[in-house]
Amino acid sequence: MTVATGMKKTTLLGLLALVIRRDLVLAMRRRADVLTTLIFFVMVVSLFPLGVGPEMDMLRKMAAGVLWVAALLSSMLSLGRLFSADYLDGTLEQMMLAPQSLSMLVLGKMTAHWMVSGLPLVLMAPVLGLQFDMPVQALGVLIIGLLLGTPILSMVGAIGAALTLGLRGGGVLLSLLVLPLCIPVLIFGTGAVEAVSTGLSAVSHLSLLGALLVLALVFTPWVTAQALRISME
Amino acid sequence: MAINWFKYSAPTTFYGLAGKLIPWFAISSAILFVVGLYIGFAVAPADYQQGEFYRIIFIHVPSSILSMFLYLVMAGYAALGLIFNTRLSAMMATAIAPTGALFAFISLWTGALWGKPMWGAWWVWDARLTSELILLFLYLGFIALHASIDDPRRADRASALLAIVGSVNVPIIYFSVKWWNTLHQGSTIKFSGTSMHVAMQQAMFITLAACWLYAIAVVLARVRSIILERERNTTWITELPEVRS
Repeated sequence: MTVATGMKKTTLLGLLALVIRRDLVLAMRRRADVLTTLIFFVMVVSLFPLGVGPEMDMLRKMAAGVLWVAALLSSMLSLGRLFSADYLDGTLEQMMLAPQSLSMLVLGKMTAHWMVSGLPLVLMAPVLGLQFDMPVQALGVLIIGLLLGTPILSMVGAIGAALTLGLRGGGVLLSLLVLPLCIPVLIFGTGAVEAVSTGLSAVSHLSLLGALLVLALVFTPWVTAQALRISME
Repeated sequence: MAINWFKYSAPTTFYGLAGKLIPWFAISSAILFVVGLYIGFAVAPADYQQGEFYRIIFIHVPSSILSMFLYLVMAGYAALGLIFNTRLSAMMATAIAPTGALFAFISLWTGALWGKPMWGAWWVWDARLTSELILLFLYLGFIALHASIDDPRRADRASALLAIVGSVNVPIIYFSVKWWNTLHQGSTIKFSGTSMHVAMQQAMFITLAACWLYAIAVVLARVRSIILERERNTTWITELPEVRS
């Protein structure tokens, strides 16, 4: 599937949809990759009760943090694949040569990446939250937080993925670069749940997460495009 | 008279200038260290609350300040290198990173040594400690990324972009961590008067200046090595007396 379909002029949104559809189709052809990330997420979360003991009081308190950290780690796991396949088969080079804006193409790839690796985590989180005996209200806030936060992880992670493109030991390096940058997301995401469970409102934390999402949405596609240009030249 | 500001933006001329400047910075740094530490340890009185333990601030505070300041300087050079495509700026950014990381580490280490007697714990998850730790991670990420790219040009540009992204993120990280938890004592020196003894203040400012000069001297020495390494195939390097012998 090519990016630009013949001579037909594509609008920006059309282009975005095209890239997303292409990446989703590619991801669906290799379903195992998607599942691996999800299984990793479930596994990491399940390790915590085994590590710290089965006391429900403690687990309930830890739940949000554990789920968030696990989400952070599993999204790192799939970031390496964001550009590498396109880089290896030359598609990425064609995308950079395309007359359309590279930032927009990158935004499309980020969105597809989130739908494939972030969204399943969000959908899986309630089940895991119940394992930790999270109250329903906290669970709701956790889901909203993850819904706002995981796209940021994909977007900030894309910068790291673009910078480490084609490097040896890229995967570990990528986590090293991206994890510190994701700390605010972790803090506000878990903070929201914490606030709700102590009887406060989670709105301020969630608003800050939303603000970060908007910031990331505006800047990261452009920065990632620049990073790709640096890596490909 | 028109001054050519860009004369020293070329590695060729900067190499010589840096060589001449290093002894000045190094010697004045050493003198200020001796003076500052003497005032800090012999002249300044013990604190009424913290006793003798507070004296760690003569290392702790300057290294914290410099670790943060050097990150901004590094990001600034990185940005210059990306925008104007000057080789020297990228080399400066690379040269600053290890010193910045060192100061961040010293700051954490001395903080832990102070925290044990004062707070009763080597480490607490307080806002400033945590953001200093994250700053150290950012430095390490920069160094690791630069080290793992073989092509120096790509390494410079990629790590420059990372430094800029990091510097945008630093305030966000700082405030998020701050709202998350705060235990660290607030700043004692404010622009509107201070609660500190004069000798303590003097000692701290002198050691701060000493650390600052030390950082400049070390960065210049390191950038000279980087220039030698990167430009080793050029004629002006092979004609240098220290290279020829």
